Amino acid sequence: MYGTMRYEIRIQRPAADVWALAGDASKLHHWFPGIKDCTVDGNQRTIVTNSGIPMPEEILVCDNTQRRFQYQLKVPMFRHHRGTIDVIDLHDDTCLVVYSTEADPRAMALVIGGGTHEALHELKRQMEAATTQEGTH
Amino acid sequence: MGRKILFITTDQQRYDTLGCNGGSIARTPVIDAIAAQGVRYERAHPQSVVCMPSRSTIITGQHVSTHGVWMNGVPLPEDAPSVAQVLQDAGYRTAIIGKPHFEPFLDPFARFAENGFASKGTFGPHRGFEHFESATHGAAGPLHYARWLLSNHPEAVGMFYPVLDSSLEVNAMGGGDTGAPQAWANHIPREWYHTDWVADRTISWLDSLPADDDWFCWMSFPDPHHPWDPPSSEVGRIDWKDVPLPAGYIEDAAEREAVLDAKPHHYRAWYDGRLVSNYEAPAAWVPATLTADQLREVTALNAVECELIDEAVGRVLAAFRARGWDDDVDIVFTTDHGELGGDFGLLFKGPYHVDGLMRLPLIWRPAPSSGVAPAVVSKPVAHLDLAPTFCAIAGLPAAPWMEGRALPVDDADADARGFERVLTEWDSELFGVGVHVRTITRDGWVCTTYLPGSVHDGTEGELYSLADDPLQRENRWNDPSLAALRSDLLADLWDHQPPMKSPLPDVEAPV
Repeated sequence: MYGTMRYEIRIQRPAADVWALAGDASKLHHWFPGIKDCTVDGNQRTIVTNSGIPMPEEILVCDNTQRRFQYQLKVPMFRHHRGTIDVIDLHDDTCLVVYSTEADPRAMALVIGGGTHEALHELKRQMEAATTQEGTH
Repeated sequence: MGRKILFITTDQQRYDTLGCNGGSIARTPVIDAIAAQGVRYERAHPQSVVCMPSRSTIITGQHVSTHGVWMNGVPLPEDAPSVAQVLQDAGYRTAIIGKPHFEPFLDPFARFAENGFASKGTFGPHRGFEHFESATHGAAGPLHYARWLLSNHPEAVGMFYPVLDSSLEVNAMGGGDTGAPQAWANHIPREWYHTDWVADRTISWLDSLPADDDWFCWMSFPDPHHPWDPPSSEVGRIDWKDVPLPAGYIEDAAEREAVLDAKPHHYRAWYDGRLVSNYEAPAAWVPATLTADQLREVTALNAVECELIDEAVGRVLAAFRARGWDDDVDIVFTTDHGELGGDFGLLFKGPYHVDGLMRLPLIWRPAPSSGVAPAVVSKPVAHLDLAPTFCAIAGLPAAPWMEGRALPVDDADADARGFERVLTEWDSELFGVGVHVRTITRDGWVCTTYLPGSVHDGTEGELYSLADDPLQRENRWNDPSLAALRSDLLADLWDHQPPMKSPLPDVEAPV
């Protein structure tokens, strides 16, 4: 059976603004702590973790209308992996970002999911800091 | 110059594995001698029976609900209170050497500070420890011991039992002579094994200190936690074929299963392989398959690991005695939690608040210069009480965030200061399986209630008389004659149980 983890966070920025960063496959390392590099070639993405581990991924969905990004880690120890980022417009100039992980082996859902949780907090911090800076200006 | 503190912990060690506590398999003369000189506690309990919550209680002096590390995989926040910080602020030199486990081990994104020091060639500071030198149960991972072994003895890296299997689950693979889970023939030379490494590094750090410095050194052995893979050269000390079966093991299967059936139903469900409630035991291992010979072998290997720890402690004691420090050194010995060790046919750990997991070895040998007389304390004490004890040794008041009290030095002291109850809690949520347990130990009774979750409906519980039923075989939760006692114990539990930290921190890794 797969292991699944799901984290969500509400961000005080319009969905379109958040999607501009969260939906950009080449910018994951800008807001995912523990990922220090990220390169994209077509539907292939390779991330490099802080511990120096390169991890190839296949981008499955990048839907600018639904604001959904899905990808799959292509690492031998995974029998299955699916990562999904949804940016949901709450129609009040805020949005809900949901980051889901499913994995086999199931324990990897916990390992990866822990990183996604911290990533959501970093995404919120960056996006809301940008709001503050814009307000200051 | 004040009193120095050597704080020794092991991992997952049963109360009855020490000679001073009645153990008859492992020979532990060094720790037995410490106990004879100091205060030995007969009823010390942890606030959690798994590593990360329990270690977080030790360092913060707080209940699990207060510090919020409710299960393995929940990191203790870096700015959480730390007794090491209190001591360092008071001028103590501080170190932790061995297994810390305040932050998750499985960390591919290298997010946790604890896992980053070795790769950078640094040793802290972290959590109030000026020196932070880490190890765990084998040669895998990012900690200092693994890096040291890889750099100096790479041929030994593959000798350890693989703690996790290819699915990152706790490995169920059998080894040794009997195929017991997590038993293994480890051909590593003894001097490269982590027990001796922890002692070596402790001696090295102590040797680096000026004679007049006060110090707090937490020496944290990863053993005798599974895997049971001590150096092969040492295994012949104890022939498993000669090892008696533990008192808590019921040889007759029908009798064993009847005892399990009288407990909350998750006991039998795990035993039969119908439930995996937590990550800390091999998911693929079914306790009902445990044979008497497998248990004998596990018990023997565990005892060998306890003997190696005892000898390592002896080397450290000799080292600081050679510095002329002994008269001013307080020694505290304990473990983070116990091990089921064959009780009711079970191994490893989980949501089972019985003596195998809850009754801890705890010994405090006050510095001889303090003049405290040797004693045995039968009243309940807790891990909560360690941090205030370290403060008291240092001549400091307990920090306001600490929830325990300095350990009593005898039963009269315990009575005078009202040591009458300890609380232990468990919460786990693993892929849809949620178990929530609260326990009070008081007046010679252990009372456990199972809160509603995905496994329990809130009606089940356990009630044991420690005097009449020391092996906890007769669950009296539903005994009508004890209904009032049960109500009183539960009321007292809820009167003293702190509320869970809010918002509840998330699990960020399996372990």
